[in-house]
Amino acid sequence: MFAYYLHLGLRSLRRNPVLTALMVIAIGFGVSSSIISYAVFRATSNNPIPQKSAQLYLPQIDNWGPEKAAENNGDPPNALSYTDAIALMQAHRAPRQTALFPIAPSVVPDDPNRLPFRPTSYAAYADLFTMFDVPFEYGSGWSSLEDQEHAAVVVIGHDLNQRLFNGVNSVGRAINLDGRNYRITGVMDKWDPQPLFFDPVNTSGFSDSVQLFIPFMRAIDLQFPTVGNTDCNQDSGSSWDAFLRSECVWIAYWAELPTGAEAKSYRQFLQGYAAEQQRAGRFQWAPNIRLRNVTQWLINQRVVPPESRISMLVSLGFLLICLVNTVGLLLAKCLRRAPEIGLRRALGASRKDIYTQFLIEAGTVGVAGGVLGVLLTGLGMLGVGLVFEPHIAKLVTLDTSLAMLTLLVAVIATVLAAFYPTWRAAQVQPAWQLKSN
Amino acid sequence: MKPQIKLMQIQPILAALRRHKAGTILITLQIALTLAIVCNAIFIIEQRITRISRPSGMNESDLLAVENSWVGASNATTLTALNRADLTALRQLPGVRDATLTNSFPLRVGGRVTSVRVDPTTKKEITQAAQYFTDDHALVTMGAKLITGRNFRTDEVTVANSNSYKPPPVIIITKALAERLYPHGSALGKPIYLVKDSAPSTVIGIVERLQVPWPGAWTDAFAGNVVLTPIQLTDERNVYLVRAQPGQLTAISKSVPLLLLKTNRMRVIPDQRGIRTFAEVRDQAYKADIGIAAFMGAISVIMLMVTAAGIVGLTSFWVGQRRKQIGVRRALGATKHDILSYFLTENLLISVGGVIIGALLAIGLNQWMMSEFEMERLSLLYVLAGMCVLMLLGQGAVLAPALRASRVSPVEATRVS
Repeated sequence: MFAYYLHLGLRSLRRNPVLTALMVIAIGFGVSSSIISYAVFRATSNNPIPQKSAQLYLPQIDNWGPEKAAENNGDPPNALSYTDAIALMQAHRAPRQTALFPIAPSVVPDDPNRLPFRPTSYAAYADLFTMFDVPFEYGSGWSSLEDQEHAAVVVIGHDLNQRLFNGVNSVGRAINLDGRNYRITGVMDKWDPQPLFFDPVNTSGFSDSVQLFIPFMRAIDLQFPTVGNTDCNQDSGSSWDAFLRSECVWIAYWAELPTGAEAKSYRQFLQGYAAEQQRAGRFQWAPNIRLRNVTQWLINQRVVPPESRISMLVSLGFLLICLVNTVGLLLAKCLRRAPEIGLRRALGASRKDIYTQFLIEAGTVGVAGGVLGVLLTGLGMLGVGLVFEPHIAKLVTLDTSLAMLTLLVAVIATVLAAFYPTWRAAQVQPAWQLKSN
Repeated sequence: MKPQIKLMQIQPILAALRRHKAGTILITLQIALTLAIVCNAIFIIEQRITRISRPSGMNESDLLAVENSWVGASNATTLTALNRADLTALRQLPGVRDATLTNSFPLRVGGRVTSVRVDPTTKKEITQAAQYFTDDHALVTMGAKLITGRNFRTDEVTVANSNSYKPPPVIIITKALAERLYPHGSALGKPIYLVKDSAPSTVIGIVERLQVPWPGAWTDAFAGNVVLTPIQLTDERNVYLVRAQPGQLTAISKSVPLLLLKTNRMRVIPDQRGIRTFAEVRDQAYKADIGIAAFMGAISVIMLMVTAAGIVGLTSFWVGQRRKQIGVRRALGATKHDILSYFLTENLLISVGGVIIGALLAIGLNQWMMSEFEMERLSLLYVLAGMCVLMLLGQGAVLAPALRASRVSPVEATRVS
């Protein structure tokens, strides 16, 4: 029976090629623009570390006072001062923790014919590698002892190892950063979490993959400036030491708190720390702290670009219009065929048969619209790079699952749109139609 | 006479529409939704275009931006010497008119914001401004127009690290900032304070316009506020702006990086965004704005086409369905014109209903977007214009089927089915 209805459907579609083409084109455009917008949304709202996103927490401490906080809905600054970051590191209240900030050391290749270059780099503590589940190709992260010694050690990324050592095991070898040698303790495997969850403040969420880490205190000793934001509420003084003592915020801090109880007690600790700063006279205001996990932090930092949300919204509206349009056209088609339906009903076809026939016909339109939609989606993917920055555009590709989704949405939407016209068709009274003929 | 005929037609049209409830509702709904979305989409386009067309205040042609960072040099004396050597070499390069050292420039995305006060003791600053650390060559290189006062003198240019600089005795500011700080009378010769409780900086010149480095909405409150500081920074990262002789831009965008590497190899000029003409800077800064405007434009056009096609489709069906009635009316003396105006009026009635609902939807959608995104209030002019466009679109779409209807011969009345 299915084959027969399909045959009838195709015949009927061919009878009104303009009407059919209108429906297919509308569905194709509506579905593809929605799917493209969804693909961008999916990429930008991706959870980059699902296994740990509820265990990694970023504390915020208000060291600027309520007047500044009021400008940001009462939220404390989005980074920590050096004073607070070091105090939290030394308190060591979480099983694992790291302070971190982006730096830009230059790699000087041994070969004098090659030019220096700057990979994406961070200064951090040894715990980072375990906390963030960083995969290693060779070796491992440095040790906590090396953190304490401010050691000249480095972890490099897969791409950097490829570029400098042609991908061979380079653990133990030296790498020259700004004229100083660092010993490689580990080479990361390909690791490129996007959004870059541990530093959305400085990257807006998307960046090149991180290729180099050095110990935090080593970077402080060498006075590596952050290449991210430095926000100051007053003059930061006139030397590096004065800058470190200032209330300028520029450091991200992460704590791993595996259970809810640990998160709760860490929050109490932060509250206590801020209260202590108030008693000491550093803060002239009541404690104002936050403790957000990865998911909450990415939402708070608005990692999904507003363009992505607006285009998704408009696309969904567009799809709705296309569907209303399809309902209208299908209705016209169904009613025009009232005599045919009457005849079939008179010859013994049940209402259910009519339903099946018309829904299959609509399904065929849906499939055609879906195929067109997949083509248009593929075409539209080229356009993503025109709207979004390259770091986001490279995350958005037409894979099999997205193509299947396009088809599925097209078919389901069209069949849904066909329900009312089909119901109207099934209401056709056989006697009436036969009489008027 | 004519308006009367039209009015008399409304009754039967309404009766007919009541018999085609579903079709009528569908077209109304489609017009309403299209109006709501197209109005907001066009409004977004207009907002973005306004943003993109803000002038940077510079002479943007023949301008090249170079991002540079020194490798292995951290000592202030060394960095000063390195920067000076670069500047000398750049200014002597054939095809170059002038060059300046700076920390940032309009649309660079990334730079420094400073607070600005006219009373050093107030807790809250008057406003914020972008701070360009540069030298006496900045005005010529940027092509910024000095409207009053004078440029920096060479002897006023000092060196400092960005972490340890002190506000200088003399500064140049933009007109927008001058008017904000000294709304009554000229700011020229007056003191301003870049840091709380600091020494004053005297305004020695005012430029007509210079934009901040950020194109985004978060700087809208101070987008024209710029302070030029006569300090050459001894940071490891710096920026050169190079003004080419007319027509030499392409040539120097190749010769400048070669020259810099010849002067000193221990530097990094990034592969991406290292050497950019200002046209590229502008394109990259406004990429998202241009992209979203193009997307909204394309969607709007397709949406209007789909709606028009839907109206054509349903009206054609109605015409087909009513051939017999039309024939009867023609036989009873109705003119072709009567039939035509019947369908046009029918569509007009539906459209009016659609655009009224659509206008309400458009305003509602805008309200919601204002709370969700950085949107401004939709101007009612857009809604009115949108209503007119959609009604015209409806009339245009209905014209072909209506003409076909008007050509139905009275003989049809006698035909069976």
